[in-house]
Amino acid sequence: MSFGPFLLLALLEGTVMAAVLALTAVGLSLVFGVMRVVNVAHGEFFMVGAVLAWFVTTYLPFPPALSWLVALIIAPLIVAAIAALADTLILKRLTYDPEATIVATIGILYMLQQAVLTLYGPDARPVPAPFEWRIQTPWFGYSGYKLFVVAASGAILTAVWLFMTRSRAGLVMRATQVDRDIARAFGINVDRVYAGTFALGAGLAAVAAVLIVPIQQAHYLMGHDPLLLSFVVVIIGGLGSIRGTLVAALVIGLSDGVISMFFSPTLAKILATLLVAMVLVFRPQGLFGAKA
Amino acid sequence: MKVWALHLAVVAALFALQFVLPPYHATNLARIMVLAVFAMGYNIAFGYTGLLSLGHAVFFAAGMFGMGLPVWHLDWTALPALITGLAAGGLVAGAVGLLALRTAGVSFMIVTLMFAQAGYLLLLYFGAVTGGDEGFVVETSSRSVFGWNLSEDGPRYVAALTLFAAALLSCLWLVRSPFGRVMVAMRENEDRSRMLGYNPFRVKLIALVMSGLYAGAAGAVYGLLFGYVGATFATIQYSILPMLYVLLGGAGTVLGPLLGAAVVFYLIDITSAFTDAYFFVVGASLVALVLFAPKGILGTIRERVAAWLP
Amino acid sequence: MTRKLTGLTASRRAVLQGAGAGLLTAGFVAPIWAQAAPIKLGFQLHRTGIGAAYGRWYERTAQAALKMVNDAGGINGRPVEIVFEDDGTDPKRGAEVVEKLTRQHNCDLIFGPLFSHVVIGSAPRAGELKVPYLVCSEGFHVAGGKLNRWSMQPGITDVRAQVQSMAPWVLANLGKKVTMVFPDYAFGHDHRDYFTAAVEAGGGKVLAQIAIPPTETTFTRYMPQIPTDTEVLYHVMVGPAVLTFVKELGEFYGSGAKPQIFGFIDSLEAVDMASPGLEFLEGSHFWEGHCRNKQPDAPDYEATYRAAVGVDDNGASVSDPKDISTYGHMFSVWETLHIIKAGMESAGYQGAADRQKFVEAVEAMTVIPASLAHVQGEKVFNGKTHQVFGLQFISRVEGGKLVKVHTSSMEDGMYPDAVDFSTQSF
Repeated sequence: MSFGPFLLLALLEGTVMAAVLALTAVGLSLVFGVMRVVNVAHGEFFMVGAVLAWFVTTYLPFPPALSWLVALIIAPLIVAAIAALADTLILKRLTYDPEATIVATIGILYMLQQAVLTLYGPDARPVPAPFEWRIQTPWFGYSGYKLFVVAASGAILTAVWLFMTRSRAGLVMRATQVDRDIARAFGINVDRVYAGTFALGAGLAAVAAVLIVPIQQAHYLMGHDPLLLSFVVVIIGGLGSIRGTLVAALVIGLSDGVISMFFSPTLAKILATLLVAMVLVFRPQGLFGAKA
Repeated sequence: MKVWALHLAVVAALFALQFVLPPYHATNLARIMVLAVFAMGYNIAFGYTGLLSLGHAVFFAAGMFGMGLPVWHLDWTALPALITGLAAGGLVAGAVGLLALRTAGVSFMIVTLMFAQAGYLLLLYFGAVTGGDEGFVVETSSRSVFGWNLSEDGPRYVAALTLFAAALLSCLWLVRSPFGRVMVAMRENEDRSRMLGYNPFRVKLIALVMSGLYAGAAGAVYGLLFGYVGATFATIQYSILPMLYVLLGGAGTVLGPLLGAAVVFYLIDITSAFTDAYFFVVGASLVALVLFAPKGILGTIRERVAAWLP
Repeated sequence: MTRKLTGLTASRRAVLQGAGAGLLTAGFVAPIWAQAAPIKLGFQLHRTGIGAAYGRWYERTAQAALKMVNDAGGINGRPVEIVFEDDGTDPKRGAEVVEKLTRQHNCDLIFGPLFSHVVIGSAPRAGELKVPYLVCSEGFHVAGGKLNRWSMQPGITDVRAQVQSMAPWVLANLGKKVTMVFPDYAFGHDHRDYFTAAVEAGGGKVLAQIAIPPTETTFTRYMPQIPTDTEVLYHVMVGPAVLTFVKELGEFYGSGAKPQIFGFIDSLEAVDMASPGLEFLEGSHFWEGHCRNKQPDAPDYEATYRAAVGVDDNGASVSDPKDISTYGHMFSVWETLHIIKAGMESAGYQGAADRQKFVEAVEAMTVIPASLAHVQGEKVFNGKTHQVFGLQFISRVEGGKLVKVHTSSMEDGMYPDAVDFSTQSF
């Protein structure tokens, strides 16, 4: 294949990756920004979302498009409920001590993973896409559903942004982020804000998973990769900065496809990992971090 | 005096146990002692100096491959290979520390996690040299030290115990030394120790290198005693396990890592007979520990009963 | 393995006689069955971890084989038990499981592991404990000489033999210019090395070797690396992302011109051929270790085997047609248990003291005829390399079913011995 179409494909793939990554990473970033909690179980919330999508689409007697839509609503809600529960039962009692919460979320990671293994089994299972539509270019074919994923991610991210900037709840969350003691003094129920934020973050991971699961499959170990990639994005974008996270998702998503054209993909992953470490060491505000 | 007597008694009891225990449990105990050395290293960084690392697997693996690669490719004998393994653990810890210690808290955890992940991927990337994901067998003929064949149960147990005793007693000496107190001071209040004239970066770096030497020694000996070197030992799971051992046994206690390693080993060994999801038990115990017993078993005992416990 | 098969018939008869004698003994001791202590076999099982999808079916197959052996009088007239222990698909736990099965459960031998790193991590301990360790792994580690005299692979052929037997047919029927896609770790590297060598020996050419990192979840961006003059695309992937790979391949080529596609069924073990996105595989070819869809020429005993394991004619669970088995590999467990029976009976196995005799009895095995016990087909065991050789199948996807189009010959998979275990000490 000549270079032009090659690049086009790499960019298309990069955009899809960036879209899903942005959705997953924004959840992680939100939780870190507002609560100062590094949620190591974030990837497992993603995984549970995908597995729930399998259950919904398998057991609902609707056509694929409808049952997938139902999954898109139900799966994130259930995941958000699990997250809110984990926040109330565990994280709150740790008074959100950063190191204790990391250990606790590692524990939650194992618990979720093994619970899914027991209830769902070890197989990778496919979820049908809501529609089958393939675009044929002169050089290669491309999945129309992937383009839909990009559009849907964009819409959801816009909604999140509007929620954070225009709604009262978003204002309360941002106020808590700036100073939780003052927020409390102004009568904000910080406990509820935290539970809500944790639920929202996990729910966004689940939304990303329901979008991606018709492309991949639901598997109980699938949470590992989104977690590491989200870490990469959130750190390069600047811990806690939503805007930085979005920019970083775009840059990482697009560059990943292009870098692995020139390097061995394993080497590309090694470089990305080391880049994250270096950014944290030498530029802790992130490469694209605004002061936010 | 009481302190030294207790720890020497533990070593003596471990020596006696090899004659009492059924062979299955004796070999398990040999494994546990080596893993406990790994956890003691973790404890020096986390329990005493307050450095919560998520990357110790890479120090363990450095020791393991530092021992295994010269044996495999250069036909080295066990003893010099053990020394390169030990050195590799300290060296990698020093290199990681030089960069990672510029950060603290959550950032430190993530930086160490990323370095460990990069180390794991490097082992895969250079698979032609490292054996990649499959790893490699350390030939029985290369597993002798001073004429002792470490692939036999008796010598293996004694070798594990020797490493453990050396690690335990030097750890005890370390934490009771003036430098050990500076490490704790760093954990408790870095600013105040800085004002007292200590260089936090230097203290933490030395602590991390010692931690890496322990992990490297454990990795090298584990590979030698059980005859296998592989990249899975560099995965994140092997960074989390020593943390679990230390948290369970009691962070900042000298005997905690041994207790934690033993309890976790048998927790997995026994629960796996009843459920597939024995890692659920591991996860639940992590959560329960941070919630209800953040000081671990020995930490709680020290608080309530025996304040003299180091 | 260059010896002529005819030279080995004498010892083959000896083995069969041994087996017959065992059956005879079984008849005599049947009345005291209740008092006879059971023979305990340890099974090192990937119940959790990355190998769990295989482990589940390996366990079912082992249970079915166990029932069959016990119904036929057990081994040496003694009932047989299998103790399953999960190794988490982890080499460290694997070695601990070997220890536990041998010393706590007092198993007579251990069998069953699939993943290479678990096998290589556990084999040293098995060698030290002097317990026979029979793996069902496909890896080239046994015949490659990496392990020890206690480790054997009598139930399934290794990757090297499989790959090498595919090359002549692929070159003759699909094309001479090949591009390979494989996972970037040891299993994939074995495919890369041995298939490339076989293609070049057969006058073909490997145009590109595309290695994909094991953590990858999406593959489309690798596809432009496939040269346009590729005539055959050779793919082998393992792990949960395999379905994605095949689907994305389908999207990429779509209705445009595409090369012939040849894959290893490892890419689709435990996956339903009717999954959305796999229509694209119609007309492509697969290596199969054992044909998932029951073939018209299947011997009668294959139906017995399927019924015993609980698999229907499409290779799915009889209780859930969506639950697809790892049919192309799991016969290895069934056959290994029957090798254990034959080996123990020919060695006159009484207890742990006879473990060495058991290994020697298996080493003495040569031609293993096809039967219900060896349901995948005829095999030849090489006592020097501890590796079995057998027939391979190539199937074509027709109407969502795998239809066998070629059976390789025994010689296709042979290669010079890399090791002679029979001269090593125990």
